Amino acid sequence: MSALLELNHVNKDYAVGGFLDRSILHAVKDVSFKISDTAPEIFTIVGESGSGKTTTARMILGNETPTSGSLTFEGQDIAKIRSRADKLKFMARVQPIFQNPFEAFNPLSTLDYYLYSTAKRFLGLKRKTEIEAEVDKALNHVGLSLAEVRGRYSHELSGGQLQRIAVARALIPEPKLIVADEPVSMVDASLRMSIVNLFRDLRDTLGVSIIYITHDLSTAYYISDRVIIMHKGDVVEAGAAQTVLGNPQHDYSRALASAVLPPDPVLARRIIEEKMAARG
Amino acid sequence: MLSVVEKTPLSVDAAPVLKVEGLKAYYQMNYFGVRREVRAVDDVTLTIKRNEIYGIAGESSSGKSSLIKTIAGAITPPLRVVEGSVKFDFGGKVLDVYGEPERMKKARWQHLSYIMQGSMNVLNPVRKVKHAFHDFAFEHMGLSERAFRERVEKHLQRIGLDPRVLESFPHQLSGGMRQRLTIALATVCEPDFIIADEPTTALDVLVQQDVLALIKDIQRRMGASIIFVTHDMTVHAAIADRIGIVYAGRLVEEGPTLDVFRQPQHPYTAHLIASLPRLGDKTRRSALPGKPPNLAEPPSGCRFHPRCPLAIDKCKTDNPPLENRLSGRVACWRAGEVAAA
Repeated sequence: MSALLELNHVNKDYAVGGFLDRSILHAVKDVSFKISDTAPEIFTIVGESGSGKTTTARMILGNETPTSGSLTFEGQDIAKIRSRADKLKFMARVQPIFQNPFEAFNPLSTLDYYLYSTAKRFLGLKRKTEIEAEVDKALNHVGLSLAEVRGRYSHELSGGQLQRIAVARALIPEPKLIVADEPVSMVDASLRMSIVNLFRDLRDTLGVSIIYITHDLSTAYYISDRVIIMHKGDVVEAGAAQTVLGNPQHDYSRALASAVLPPDPVLARRIIEEKMAARG
Repeated sequence: MLSVVEKTPLSVDAAPVLKVEGLKAYYQMNYFGVRREVRAVDDVTLTIKRNEIYGIAGESSSGKSSLIKTIAGAITPPLRVVEGSVKFDFGGKVLDVYGEPERMKKARWQHLSYIMQGSMNVLNPVRKVKHAFHDFAFEHMGLSERAFRERVEKHLQRIGLDPRVLESFPHQLSGGMRQRLTIALATVCEPDFIIADEPTTALDVLVQQDVLALIKDIQRRMGASIIFVTHDMTVHAAIADRIGIVYAGRLVEEGPTLDVFRQPQHPYTAHLIASLPRLGDKTRRSALPGKPPNLAEPPSGCRFHPRCPLAIDKCKTDNPPLENRLSGRVACWRAGEVAAA
């Protein structure tokens, strides 16, 4: 088994403050994990804001370079990709999906424009019929079709539909890995499941591995194969989703698991009553 | 002691504090001679009792925020009230929100307050927090500067905030603290009625439960009523006494929280509850097919019929009325036929 993606003792520091009161912020501390290229999986990074999960994602996408340690994708060091052609090749294999679909699309351009330009850039297609065929294929994977999207602007569609289009866009270059940073936090709870189910289907039918970054433990449990929990840059717990989220060991993971409100009025009410009693 | 205790008659059976009757509020636009009408609130009737927490659930663009804004009397064109009324009863004379603008202005903050969405954006970033309290509440309380300051400090302590936050700027505080501050702002005058728009959506998971406990705690101590909006059903489960489900501008189901969760009568409600993921459960949850309807051209008959698994021919032509059923009300031709998952 060789690795699709391998993180080896990755650290990332930022300098904060000015000339006189400079200090170092350790955003990511000694993170290592490996994703296999033969068994596609959904790998989840859980943590609250400031835990370093987004910085990790940015390093995987090649947008940040690690301070120390290495990230290799298919044997190649991500930080050392220099030439434009190599960069393009890498970007076609690793695609991002962003948090807010309303901000990811320019409100003044039609949505099909993004899909066409992605197809032109990564697949090198020139003929209009070919481009449209590829775009339609990608949209079919997410349960939409080009006919529904053609000529539409982002404000005409719901958040759930836009996020599906964002996923379709990421699928055009036929990537091996998708990095999804909080893809459902801006989407309604009722539409969340459609996006999350889509990730499951992509893993099973297209063999795409997905790095799913979230603070929502209930969807994390629902779709993940493996989970790491990050807290202030450290990985505090890692392993199979059932073990880590079902039976958390670290204090922070326990706190996170207990912060999930159960979708049951009797249980949820009891939790709130206990909190109120604790307030005195 | 605090004046709250004498102020509020704590009887649930008393006259409802809020009565909304046949309320219709539309966004009416007129561009280049083309009239466009978006029916964001379409014939909503509901009452809220004293001492009650009422939750409004629904997906985005269902009109739930428009409904709550209309109730607060905080609407601006193109959103207009076309029909119906919103009446508050704070003891004494009934206040008609859209009939008496002058009395409404006085009642605001003293009887009626608003916890806005996105705690980050409510406070002015270039002024200290104390100015926000002064701007919002000073005029309504009729106290001297010193007494006002003392009252605010006492109130902050009760909410679990150090009074020193008054001297800080918003960027020096965490998201959870700012949300607590907006709650403090909305409750410092001890209002009878609180309107909250997505009070916990922008917060980190770890502080969500604390903020919910805080809201419920304040509500109980002051004997106020709360109406709040969120798409997160788990929040409704945690604090709402009754839930109203809004779909495409209409109230489709209403009832006590426990009954709505245990025995949803409307297929849309049943779907909302069945699709919730639970820790410890990996079985596949189905998502609702289709997309939310366009409120400028809503579907005929029952607005849910294009996405409804139980739809029959009647649903396509006739709009079901909201009728009493079991402990609540439901608008569905096939009410109660859906099995809770």
